[in-house]
Amino acid sequence: MTIRSRQIMALGSTAALGLLLVWGVIRLPDFGAYPGPYSDVLNAAAVAERHVTNIPSAVNFDYRAFDTLGEEFMLFVAVAGLAVLFREQRGRSNRKNPSVVQVSEAVRWMGSGLIGFTVLFGMMIVLHGSLTPGGGFQGGLILAMTVLLIYLIRGDEAFERLSRRAFVEALEAAGAGAYVLIGLAMLTTGGMFLENLLPIGRLRELDSGGTIFLINLATGVEVSAAFVLLFAEFLEESRKPSSER
Amino acid sequence: MNVLPYVIAVWLFLAGLYGVATSRNLIHLIVCLSVAQSSTYILLIAIGYRQGAGPPIFTYVPPGTPAVDPVVQALALTDVVVSAAMTALLLAVAVRIYKQTGTLDPQKIRPLRS
Amino acid sequence: MEPLVPLLIALPLLGAALLMVLQTAFPRSWADGFAITTAGGVAVLGGFFLLETADTPLVYWLGGWTPRDGIAVGIALFVDPFSAGIATLIGLLGTASLIFAWRYFDSVGRMFHALMLVFIAAMVGFCLSGDIFTLFVFFELMSVAAYVLTGYKTEESALDGCLNFAVTNSIGAFFILYGICLLYGRTGALNLAQIGRALGGGPADGLIMIALLLIATGLFAKSALVPFHFWLADAHAVAPTPVCVLFSGVMVELGLYGIARIYWTVFDGPMTGEQAAVRTVLMIAGTVTALTGGMMCLLQRHVKRLLAFSTISHAGVLLIGLALLSPQGSAGASIYLVGHGLVKGALFLCAGILLHRYRDVDEISLRGKGRELPMTGVIVLLAGLALAGLPPFGTLLGKSLIEEAARGHHYGWVSAVLFLSSALTGGAVLRAGGRIFLGWGRTAEEEASGPTEQEKPETKEARRRMHWTMVAPPAMLVAFAALIGLAPNLGEQAMAAVARFHDRSSYAGLTLDGRAPAPAPILLSSRSGSNIGTGLLSAATAVALALFELFRNRLPNRVDKGIRRMLRPAVFVLNGWHSGHVGDYVVWLMIGTTLLGALWLVTVQLI
Repeated sequence: MTIRSRQIMALGSTAALGLLLVWGVIRLPDFGAYPGPYSDVLNAAAVAERHVTNIPSAVNFDYRAFDTLGEEFMLFVAVAGLAVLFREQRGRSNRKNPSVVQVSEAVRWMGSGLIGFTVLFGMMIVLHGSLTPGGGFQGGLILAMTVLLIYLIRGDEAFERLSRRAFVEALEAAGAGAYVLIGLAMLTTGGMFLENLLPIGRLRELDSGGTIFLINLATGVEVSAAFVLLFAEFLEESRKPSSER
Repeated sequence: MNVLPYVIAVWLFLAGLYGVATSRNLIHLIVCLSVAQSSTYILLIAIGYRQGAGPPIFTYVPPGTPAVDPVVQALALTDVVVSAAMTALLLAVAVRIYKQTGTLDPQKIRPLRS
Repeated sequence: MEPLVPLLIALPLLGAALLMVLQTAFPRSWADGFAITTAGGVAVLGGFFLLETADTPLVYWLGGWTPRDGIAVGIALFVDPFSAGIATLIGLLGTASLIFAWRYFDSVGRMFHALMLVFIAAMVGFCLSGDIFTLFVFFELMSVAAYVLTGYKTEESALDGCLNFAVTNSIGAFFILYGICLLYGRTGALNLAQIGRALGGGPADGLIMIALLLIATGLFAKSALVPFHFWLADAHAVAPTPVCVLFSGVMVELGLYGIARIYWTVFDGPMTGEQAAVRTVLMIAGTVTALTGGMMCLLQRHVKRLLAFSTISHAGVLLIGLALLSPQGSAGASIYLVGHGLVKGALFLCAGILLHRYRDVDEISLRGKGRELPMTGVIVLLAGLALAGLPPFGTLLGKSLIEEAARGHHYGWVSAVLFLSSALTGGAVLRAGGRIFLGWGRTAEEEASGPTEQEKPETKEARRRMHWTMVAPPAMLVAFAALIGLAPNLGEQAMAAVARFHDRSSYAGLTLDGRAPAPAPILLSSRSGSNIGTGLLSAATAVALALFELFRNRLPNRVDKGIRRMLRPAVFVLNGWHSGHVGDYVVWLMIGTTLLGALWLVTVQLI
């Protein structure tokens, strides 16, 4: 199609599709009037059954843990694919070249103060996943941000030391594998896959939730490793290659 | 209006799709795709809202206080992180296409034509 | 034996994680062996469950969360002959392609095996799922693994095929999620059985129709039905061969399985009165797909694109079978799915052998070179005839059942469509086979003006001898396809199983209440065997078509020129539409969705 004809057809079909979608969507229950039974059952039962107070976490890591397993592997595959795509083409040619990022003293000074706080904050979010809003996904991302912060402040060598590929990839795979192993472990003791057979601890304390806590940890490890790998690969792409420029 | 949030989600979706269809730059295209994806989260979370209810976190309130739907929040939570990785993957593909063909315009990338 | 169900998914995932953790610790052949064993394990377990659940399906509640008062709290895995059967097919094709990949790739990272295992696990998870969001999650996982595998080549690759694939299928996934949101908003449930029960037998109002439209469109984009099919040929042309085996053999068909499962558990209730509308619209879509795919197939000279278009055509046939909404049609479609998957997998492996040996997949430049590969030639010949419907292959059994069902619903023209599409696709394969392995046909000509490309070889140098691990898998797959056609009473057993597949209340009863369903009534009146006469006829037509294409220059010049002039406008238009531009594909996706929606709303008389 020519550019013009594509624009016209896109406009027309988007408008028509929009009409159909709106026509369907206005028949949903009013905003604020969600009727369904699923959430009521969970809201009522989750605290007592699992001693967790963060219900979305309980949903993610216990009631619907299988979906989260799938999502986690999606992250795993996407980052692995990314790494393959970049590495194939790159070879080992420009690893030692300087990166293009120039950082001022003010940023360095400010950032150094933040690193410690960010690490602790990230770890807190991961560990308290079953108690307060947070969990493996969010906390893992914060921890990965910390590594990026270190890159900004301390430069390439420190970042390289923290993101040795083999180690980070192994860590990522270990996190994903740990999730599956935890689920399988329950199978061996006669339960169902991903069933919680650990003691569920005391309410509002760190040891609540049983396997939710463990799965949370595994997810945190995996997500942080995955995003560190992602940053590392993209940063590598941005280095000045030796032959060009 | 009591279905406005849903219509907004649909609007974002359409804007994203139009962008993907008519884009002249791969990076722009991928971001439009990401916009379309965000609209799905908006719809998801908007569906679970309950008027006058609080968040489904019972750390400081007793269980039994009215709360919004935790299921859609849980679904959206994991989806957001995964979509970030997916966008990164697509951007990596775009970077490689640029390095191979020297252009980011879908019109100019020589596809599988003889 | 119930605890083994999650292993079908957990084992390949664990295997993939292990392969990544221990990447460089083991030599490559260990990684190969490990992956092959895991995939083989999936096939064996799948087969086991296929036999075990023949009478009563199995419901496995993950995490031990059983339903309370009919409300599903956790996620269910539903194992019945269909899901177990497709899982077995996945395992079988996965094992075959991993065995092939052993000697095929000279050097490939560990990631390839890990990614293949995740891909296999995702497909199995998709077909076993009993929860609509789990279906979506595994659909996305399957798609992401597919995107990565498409762009994974040991040498230079053309990544726009990967991009087109990723963008169109992602949009399809968004459509599905929209549909899920609509259903969740209405019913507050994510379990398939529970949604079905909540929707009940109520009238099909706008929300339900749009939800069906969106979910169907998303799955049709995966199944490469026209006009959502454009990504398939591009992706197949660039993906490594073992990956193409899984794509065409089973991933595309999973979309149709998904829509069948969702329709029969969720939408059957509200749409019971509108079956005629659903049937008509989907049959039109299936017919258009089958014929367009067949025609495009003939126009290709790139062997992998040719096979991709033939997959599109067969997906159209599958849709016709499922769209009949009758036990016979669905039984025929499921047998056809398996038969076609095996045969298509074998054909892709043979294309891989050619690519490996000659570093080329252009039919015309490969002319005559295949004479050194007699075994491969025989496999291609048999597979081409199987696609055309030669007895005793499973494809014929499936097609006969579908035709029988169509005739029962007074759609006699379906037989003509099936005949034509199988002749077109079978003929195209036979033509390619004749040209490559027998050296027939004209030399460098542009008789087929389809696109070609310098397919970058997937291996470093041409090989001298064929290792048995590359020829054995396709031979085995074709043999299996023949065995399926020969299996006694397969048609009847399939129909009995399908009766339960179509029974919404027994599905809900088993899942939510733990009640075993009443035994399905056996239909003794319908025919359930292969129609041998039709099969021989369509095979003969395919051979005739291939010979015609190959020896067209022997005809009087005027006839040849006349035919070419007649076909030129159609060819021009079709080739123009398959432009390779991702924006075009997205526009077609939107047009297709809108058309489908408008047709449905009009036929259901909602507007």
